[in-house]
Amino acid sequence: MGDLPEPGDTIDGFLIGEQIHAGGMGVIHRVTRPDLTFPAVMKIPRLGPGEPATSVVSFEVEQNVLSALTGSHVPRFVAAGDLTVCPYLVMEEVKGRPLSEWARRAPLPPAEVASLGSALAAALDDLHRQEAIHLDVKPSNVMVRDDGTAVLIDLGLAHHAHFPDLLAEEFHRPIGSAPYLSPEQVVGVRSDPRSDVFSLGVVAYELATGRLPFGSPGPGGLRARLWRVPVPPRALAAAIPEWLQEVILRCLEPDAARRPASAAQVAFDLSHPQHVEVGERGRRLRRAGPLQLLGCWLKAAGYAPAPLALPSSQAASAPILLVAVATQHGDDATLAALREAVRRLLAAPGSRRLACATVIRPVPELGGSREDETAARQRIRHLAVLRAWAEPLGLGPGQASFHVLESTGPAEALLAFARQNRVDHVVIGAPARDIPLRGLLGTVATQVALEAPCTVTIVRA
Amino acid sequence: MRLALLADVHSNLEALVAVLAHAREQGADAVAFLGDLVGYGADPLPVLERVEEEVGRGAVVVQGNHDAAVLDEKVAAGMNPEALEAIAWTRRQLGPRERAFLASLPLVVRRGELTLVHASAADPGEWTYVTDALRAEECLRATATPWTFAGHVHEPILFYTAASDRPLPFRPVPGVAIPVPSRRRWLGIAGSVGQPRDGRTAASYALFDDVRRTLTFHRVAYDWPTAAAKVRAAGLPARLAERLERGD
Repeated sequence: MGDLPEPGDTIDGFLIGEQIHAGGMGVIHRVTRPDLTFPAVMKIPRLGPGEPATSVVSFEVEQNVLSALTGSHVPRFVAAGDLTVCPYLVMEEVKGRPLSEWARRAPLPPAEVASLGSALAAALDDLHRQEAIHLDVKPSNVMVRDDGTAVLIDLGLAHHAHFPDLLAEEFHRPIGSAPYLSPEQVVGVRSDPRSDVFSLGVVAYELATGRLPFGSPGPGGLRARLWRVPVPPRALAAAIPEWLQEVILRCLEPDAARRPASAAQVAFDLSHPQHVEVGERGRRLRRAGPLQLLGCWLKAAGYAPAPLALPSSQAASAPILLVAVATQHGDDATLAALREAVRRLLAAPGSRRLACATVIRPVPELGGSREDETAARQRIRHLAVLRAWAEPLGLGPGQASFHVLESTGPAEALLAFARQNRVDHVVIGAPARDIPLRGLLGTVATQVALEAPCTVTIVRA
Repeated sequence: MRLALLADVHSNLEALVAVLAHAREQGADAVAFLGDLVGYGADPLPVLERVEEEVGRGAVVVQGNHDAAVLDEKVAAGMNPEALEAIAWTRRQLGPRERAFLASLPLVVRRGELTLVHASAADPGEWTYVTDALRAEECLRATATPWTFAGHVHEPILFYTAASDRPLPFRPVPGVAIPVPSRRRWLGIAGSVGQPRDGRTAASYALFDDVRRTLTFHRVAYDWPTAAAKVRAAGLPARLAERLERGD
């Protein structure tokens, strides 16, 4: 051990190519193997005498966690070498650019912060649903692909609920990158997916303002994370809209229970600014006064985060519901039945979000000679129908959002919305019984049921 | 080798048959019984017959406190009234052959890099419950092997050494192969085949793969209504039937 391979060597069938990274923890080479259909890299740790023990453990953690994960938001796992014989990790080479390139150019325009933040939130949500928590979210650990999606790399500090946590210790001390650490991590808790939501907030703050909300504290300064509230982003850059500050400061709440319940909800808010309910957080222009700080400090003195069940249970208890309301040609009985079905689903415990959507034919922006047919008026009319439909549900502020989707293919539009917004459950009315050739042609409801990425409830009046 | 680890069968034939079939499907080619073959349940004779068949195929068996209590009043002395009643009932069912078999069982077996024991390896005849990190540390200190497998607690749990010497508890998720490399120390408690107590009725066991170095905890649904009905029909305490129905 301690001998690093050279290009041209072969390890377990992998032909070693050029070295693309050499750092304190180890080296990374491109590798090839005849059966591999995508570019791959091999990560080899420095494990000689004199290397810190934690680097071995975090390499072991990365092997375990990466091999258990699937999907496009982590590098694809290929192979791992036995740590005691020949330690290495072969995975997909992610093509893209590190988020740290954007962080260097910060402050960025709010729209760019929102789209990068939303991509990162979607990637984290995917991880959490697979029972894993990253716990080292920072710009250099996020790759952005050309299509705008985010990939989480370096899972060396991650926690996966299916495996013993090799980084847990009897005497808790924080591990991770100090500027991005959540309050829970400061006290050694490694099982709350909302820790990643906090770090996501730090990253979004950094992208929006060009500054770190808590600076770069040493180990002694970390406890302040338990009570300190950062300077509001709008005090640093007046161009930041209130809704963006609202989302960022919600993520940075010291108490995990006051943060958005899941990364999916952050992704939703960042991609639908018009639906963010702006409160005191969003309007704040100064940091809290001394009395308020004292209150926060007192609360932190008794700080003891509650243990959590599986990471996915957090995402599952904060689901996003999509209800398709036919505002153009829905009959009253079906609309009422749809509302009852939604009422029952919302009655279950947990912080649900309801997205009410209708699909209308695209309206030409300039066409239409009659005043009431202009595009804007059309949309407003359908929004009003949606709001009226939802009114009897008596939802709280911020719990529901309303969307008029314009498309000639209603099923495709609903499916695209469900995928983009990581919807957990679609509720849709059943087609009328007397449509001719129904079985042959299919209907919107059946196509949605067939292709949706989630549970679908078809409601009949 | 894929070694099926079966603890606390407790005279539950339905659970034992279901678990052995499941283990074979999972590719198990060896079986270890981690003690408490009898006690609580209504089928001591058929269970012992199945176990002896497995011994004929090379299975390893260690003795549990209920097995010992059937043979020795002193061991039974500290048990709760229901357990005690079941021990007395079991004693009446067994013949000299079965008693001789139970008496022949060792308290600890060491096989290569494995240690097999019913309770704690630190004091196997004291029947200590390994329910916390301190007890797990004592148990691991008494063994020299990377892997120790035990029963007695009736709940599946895996203790492992991380950064400090004090082992940490981990609640396994059924069906997930957990990497258990030999450079760490592991104490796997297999849960109970015949009387699960973690709120689930399904029988619990674990499968150790010594080539891939993984440990997989499994839960197997079995015919517990029949097992519970037999407990009632035998005149054993009703509470012992309810435990099977509720998994507590």
